[in-house]
Amino acid sequence: MKIWVPMDSAAKALGAEAVVAAIRAEADKRGIEVEIARNGSRGMIWLEPLVEVETPEGRMAFGPMTPADVSALFEDGHEKALGLTDELDWMKRQTRLTFARCGLTDPLSLEQYEAHGGLAGLRRAIGMTAEAIIDEVKLSGLRGRGGAGFPTGIKWDTVRMAHADRKYIVCNADEGDSGTFADRMIMEGDPFCLIEGMAIAGLGCHAEKGFVYLRSEYPDAIAVLSRAIEIARAAGVLGADVLGSGHAFDMEVRVGAGAYVCGEETSLLNSLEGKRGVVRAKPPLPALEGAFGKPTVVNNVISLATVPVIFEKGAEHYANFGLGRSKGTIPLQIAGNVRHGGLFETAFGMSLGQIVEDLGGGTASGRAVKAVQVGGPLGAYLSPDQFDTPFGYEEFDGQGALIGHAGLVVFDDSADMLGMARFAMEFCAVESCGKCTPCRIGAVRGVETLDRIAAGDAEAIPLLIDLCETMQDGSLCALGGFTPYPVMSALRLFPEEFGAVREAAE
Amino acid sequence: MRHSHPTSEDLQALIDAQMPLEGPLLPILHAIQEAYGHVPEAALPLIAETLNLTQAEVHGVMSFYHDFRKAPAGRHVVKICRAEACQSMGAGALSDAVLEKLGIGWGGTTADGRVTVEAVYCLGLCACAPAAMIGDRLIGRADAARIDAELEGAA
Ligand SMILES: Cc1cc2nc3c(=O)[nH]c(=O)nc-3n(C[C@H](O)[C@H](O)[C@H](O)COP(=O)(O)O)c2cc1C
Ligand code: SF4
Ligand code: FES
Ligand code: FES
Repeated sequence: MKIWVPMDSAAKALGAEAVVAAIRAEADKRGIEVEIARNGSRGMIWLEPLVEVETPEGRMAFGPMTPADVSALFEDGHEKALGLTDELDWMKRQTRLTFARCGLTDPLSLEQYEAHGGLAGLRRAIGMTAEAIIDEVKLSGLRGRGGAGFPTGIKWDTVRMAHADRKYIVCNADEGDSGTFADRMIMEGDPFCLIEGMAIAGLGCHAEKGFVYLRSEYPDAIAVLSRAIEIARAAGVLGADVLGSGHAFDMEVRVGAGAYVCGEETSLLNSLEGKRGVVRAKPPLPALEGAFGKPTVVNNVISLATVPVIFEKGAEHYANFGLGRSKGTIPLQIAGNVRHGGLFETAFGMSLGQIVEDLGGGTASGRAVKAVQVGGPLGAYLSPDQFDTPFGYEEFDGQGALIGHAGLVVFDDSADMLGMARFAMEFCAVESCGKCTPCRIGAVRGVETLDRIAAGDAEAIPLLIDLCETMQDGSLCALGGFTPYPVMSALRLFPEEFGAVREAAE
Repeated sequence: MRHSHPTSEDLQALIDAQMPLEGPLLPILHAIQEAYGHVPEAALPLIAETLNLTQAEVHGVMSFYHDFRKAPAGRHVVKICRAEACQSMGAGALSDAVLEKLGIGWGGTTADGRVTVEAVYCLGLCACAPAAMIGDRLIGRADAARIDAELEGAA
């Protein structure tokens, strides 16, 4: 009997290790031979720990499992039986390209990785010129998944054409946005996919060295990815001669140190170099003068982990999904006060309402949805009135919002929106790198101004609006520049909570 | 964790081990903190000397990052997520209850040196919020009773 139990940290946080121990104990008691295999998460976090039993028909899912549910696994008619995993609505409705293997395979088995399409992309890229590699990425329409949505192929081309003795591929695994966990899930659930994507980037840009800047809040991801790098190196996927191509590429993990702003690419590079994580002015672009002054690609985990499937299936296959200039698929991360929270990969274009109500099943509390914050702490709040907005870069921009790293945080009608606006300012004040005054001082003033408003001083509202404009116009990076998004959207959508009449806020 | 009063030889060995890396300063600080639970004052001149920096520069880097401690924390470090997804699921009430029970504020350590509570902004457990971490143990859908029980269980 073979049983899969996820080693994803969400599954662990919900008791996966206790379930593993219970399975071992029960198998011993019954004298049954049980092989416990570990996988990543299938993304149905509300069902974690989701245990799968291999049967001749396929993998049968059970969840959410507790140790008390284990003994019935060995009998018929389990009350938490969900049926075949592949037949679950959540799975069937997805287009899993980037996350095709996540939850299916043992994250640290290179053999299983290859058996499920892994390394096919890298092998194909090895047979191509650097220019052709870049063209393929351009053709796929892939845009950066870290937030700004910049075309990945164009960024790579700048690095490819730069002349330098050394170049770097830096993976941004700082994933600081609340409501996001796609980077974590793929690093824990299919780490070879990121490694392969970085190796392809190395070939395309003539870079021989990669760094993954990984936040310290993710100890499991650090451990799994570090181990996967060792395995890949031992197998010749990394090293002096990548899969016998004659090209070198190797990489290492660097652990962050708890600063949100280090997710900003230039702050990240300073941090990597061992400096304070202060944001650098651009130009120079990191693509020309990045890590250690050398041409550097900085890409989000999901951007890089999507590259292998683009090369495996072809750029056109990828570009055929999506909506307008938002091509391909996006791993939605549905979080917060929601019944069915988790990761759902789908083509761009699904409406916000469908995501929250249909996939998410509404709030966990059963109360009405009040607002959804999309794109992390710098993202706007949207109200159910905006639920017909299709999920795409331009479409969200049109709503004065952003998709960011595609995390959605749902709030029920008990949410205190003035409190959330205050939190946005407080967070900016805590995390500001200190380089520019509108951000460093403005955020502190923002907290004070919101406290005045909370105390009933409606005259402070125009001050808040002014302050937001100053931050927006005068900040060097999006921490100071975008904090006004959540603040102003909360004010615009819920003026009564700020003691303002609706027109005054508009 | 080793004894909390490392000799300069101990510290120098940890520093030297990171020197082959490009940009070794953060790895050095992490290695020292992992070994001793904090970065002792005595490490700064050694790091500065080895990296050809001033002590003020090393201090400037260390103080920029939330992770690095100048003094040891309590025996158990509880991190409670304060970010939005966790707030939407009652993280505010959770942290209030935990802090009140222990009689400390954010970043504080109980008088007996047993528990330190720190804020964290997202643990990537936003679909099973609120989230917390005790040492290296992650807790999803955390509540005060559960955190209490875990702390009772630990010495
Ligand atoms: C304050 C701030 C935090 C950021 N955090 C992240 C992050 O955690 N991960 C990420 O990939 N990008 C983050 N970004 C965006 C990066 O600066 C950069 O645009 C991105 O890494 C580029 O990769 P991509 O083109 O693949 O998206 C952040 C930006 C800002 C201003
Ligand atoms: S906006 Fe804030 S975080 Fe960004 S560079 Fe300015 S001070 Fe630093
Ligand atoms: S929302 Fe609480 S840590 Fe992300
Ligand atoms: S917001 Fe708390 S874990 Fe993400």
